Amino acid sequence: MTSAIVVSGLHKSYGSTHALDGLDLEVATGEVHGFLGPNGAGKSTAIRVLLGLLRGDAGEVSLLGGDPWHDAAKLHRRLAYVPGDVNLWPNLTGGEVIDLLGRLRGGLDEKRRDDLLRRFDLDPTKKGRTYSKGNRQKVALVAALASDVELLILDEPTSGLDPLMEEVFRQCIEDESQRDRTVLLSSHILSEVEALCDRVSIIRRGKVVETGTLSELRHLTRTSIHAELAGAPNGIAQLPGVHDLDVEGNRVRCEVDTAQLDAVMRQLSASGIKSLVAQPPTLEELFLRHYEDDVAAEPEVAVR
Amino acid sequence: MNDFVGTGTLVRLALRRDRVLIPIWIVVFVISAAGSAKASIDLYSDKAALVEAARTSNASPALVSLYGRIFDESSLGEVSLFKLTAFGALLVGLLAAMLVVRHTRSEEESGRLELLSAGVLGRYAALTAALIVSASTVIVIGLVTALSLVGSGLDTKGSFAFGLMWAATGLAFAGVGAVTAQVTESARAANGLTAIVLGVAYVLRAIGDSSSDGSTQWVSWLSPIGWGQQVRPYAGDRFVVLLVPLVFLAVLIAAATALIRRRDLGAGLVRPRPGPPRAAKSLRSPLALAWRLHRGSFIAWGFAFLLLGLLVGNIASNVDGFVTSDSAKEMVQKLGGVEGITDAFLATEMGVMGLLASAFGIQAALRLRSEESALRAEPLLATGVTRSRWLASHVLIALLGTGALILVAGLGSGISSGASLGNMGRQVPRMLAASAVQLPAIWLVTALVVVLFGFAPRLVTGGWVLYGVFLLIGQFGEIFNLPQWMINLSPYGHTPRLPGGDFSVTPVIWLTAIAAALTLAGFATFRRRDIG
Repeated sequence: MTSAIVVSGLHKSYGSTHALDGLDLEVATGEVHGFLGPNGAGKSTAIRVLLGLLRGDAGEVSLLGGDPWHDAAKLHRRLAYVPGDVNLWPNLTGGEVIDLLGRLRGGLDEKRRDDLLRRFDLDPTKKGRTYSKGNRQKVALVAALASDVELLILDEPTSGLDPLMEEVFRQCIEDESQRDRTVLLSSHILSEVEALCDRVSIIRRGKVVETGTLSELRHLTRTSIHAELAGAPNGIAQLPGVHDLDVEGNRVRCEVDTAQLDAVMRQLSASGIKSLVAQPPTLEELFLRHYEDDVAAEPEVAVR
Repeated sequence: MNDFVGTGTLVRLALRRDRVLIPIWIVVFVISAAGSAKASIDLYSDKAALVEAARTSNASPALVSLYGRIFDESSLGEVSLFKLTAFGALLVGLLAAMLVVRHTRSEEESGRLELLSAGVLGRYAALTAALIVSASTVIVIGLVTALSLVGSGLDTKGSFAFGLMWAATGLAFAGVGAVTAQVTESARAANGLTAIVLGVAYVLRAIGDSSSDGSTQWVSWLSPIGWGQQVRPYAGDRFVVLLVPLVFLAVLIAAATALIRRRDLGAGLVRPRPGPPRAAKSLRSPLALAWRLHRGSFIAWGFAFLLLGLLVGNIASNVDGFVTSDSAKEMVQKLGGVEGITDAFLATEMGVMGLLASAFGIQAALRLRSEESALRAEPLLATGVTRSRWLASHVLIALLGTGALILVAGLGSGISSGASLGNMGRQVPRMLAASAVQLPAIWLVTALVVVLFGFAPRLVTGGWVLYGVFLLIGQFGEIFNLPQWMINLSPYGHTPRLPGGDFSVTPVIWLTAIAAALTLAGFATFRRRDIG
């Protein structure tokens, strides 16, 4: 497996703010990689370093096998980027911007350009200043998706899109994935990442705190169990990996470390299972687990 | 009253944003006026010299059309300040109108006003706040200028007439800004419209002033700048005329509020038309994009420079004929000549063109920073475009654009002065050369912006500050007896005075070399810094 992006130990500070604090990130060629984190976690900074727009203070960065700072222009021909804040030139039309960006990248697929304009329902004759935020984002998306490139770097690309257009976007990314393109998708919309991404990296305060496939990540967390048993539950509380146990007669509710699931199920079935609901952890829970202590830590930060 | 709620907050916001800009402008105006007064008081120690100078000026169509007529030839105050009466009022008007647009249409275009409008904000609050800020600025300029003129030793009543005349002209153009800000959707277009109104106002008063038999003098009364002149500071002090711009302001405010009632937030009166769905074949490089972005303003500047060149060349041919007495000739020589009076006039005007062309260069180079901070550079730099290529695109437009502008002015003045003097074959190349020698200084000032952009992008508007310092040094350096090394700091002082003066190649080479070094330094530092 080759890697489109390898970042290790990347640091970047602005004055006293550490935007990136030893970031490690690996994106395999051909995968759709979710880059998750709340606002201000360092996602955009990391992307800008990957694009050679910012220079990292320390650490290694490799993009498509090259150094994004030194070979920026050469590497950029092989990738397309959609910024989180899309600003267009007020007196250029959307169509002109799409063509211009495509040509500067080395060419557009004309057929796909027309197809994308139709799918995103975008009027290319309007001037930049008259587009809404969502429409400006569509201009950048069409320009990126219609380019023939190996890698797409998308920074919160759906933040201005309506749900209908989000759906179109998801289809487009699935198409890209079929074409074996690599996609780095930064987002804080969990359902989007859950639907699209092969692997996910969760970033927090400039560091990646969790990375892996969704099932790997789920493995690290807890499954919630609701069971109705034939008899009284027995010995559940003594099992390792059982949390928040709540027993009411023959009903049992608990959270189980996914690794201990098998042992818990045996114990439950010993009492006879009448009904069972087992819920895998949502990405949301994964995500919140990493940020819970942030929320708790907030006042402390404020005092400093 | 609900329509005005929030005005106070917006006024404080505007003053907070402009807490550096406005004081700088006030100081520039006050120093210019007080400096002129001081210089003239020293120059015209006896009455006869004063009257002679005033007669000479009134007899010269060039000076009259550029600066206006002197109504009382024995008035020390008027002769001291006549160069700043109409021209100064024009600049005060420009400041007043731009301030209004800056705090109305610019805010609206950027969407910041929408953010505020969603809170408790009356419909007229933004316009009212902008007018309050603009009006207070010009009134402070007027009053402080008046006090500084009294302090320089000029007549009190006349000084206040002069200061209030500036302020009233400023108020009239604040009204113009209030209306243009409603008409277009972009602040650039609103400022462009304002500039056209200012230009027309200046030309109208020039037509009125130049009327030799008085038959077209009434044309001056069509111009807010003409009203300012008709206050006649130090020559009758007709304070009642100040009412005219005030009534004009009231009418324009009524018009602007009527327009606000009829339009949506963000919209203008002029609806934007749809454009091409595909980019032209030629739009395929950063340079093509930069040209597209600068094209409109470059063409407008080009026309202005052609007209200015033709005008200057035309009046230059008359200068000689009107100056008869020896002392008058000496006076004109003092105003900045070395050889023939016509050449001296043309050389001076060409220097002014050089200053104006620099403003285009600075503005074009500053586009780099506005593109970067508006996040429009980022998507381009994320394509196959190298940083140097992107930087070069705007720098080329700035350098070649200023070159084209100054040569157009040189060509225009060569053709018109050649036609009226009857030696086209000689004048055109002489004037082209005279315009070309301005370029090294223009490029140096433009290159200062480029190096700031590479090295300290946050300070890039300091380019205007340096430009202002060079202007002040050129205008007042000798009057205020500044040390020579300080006077030498201004690149414009090293430009050979052509036509007619001695041409020395050394300063031209030095200026060009420094400009080139600064530009290269700008490229080198920009390649190494973070974008954003």
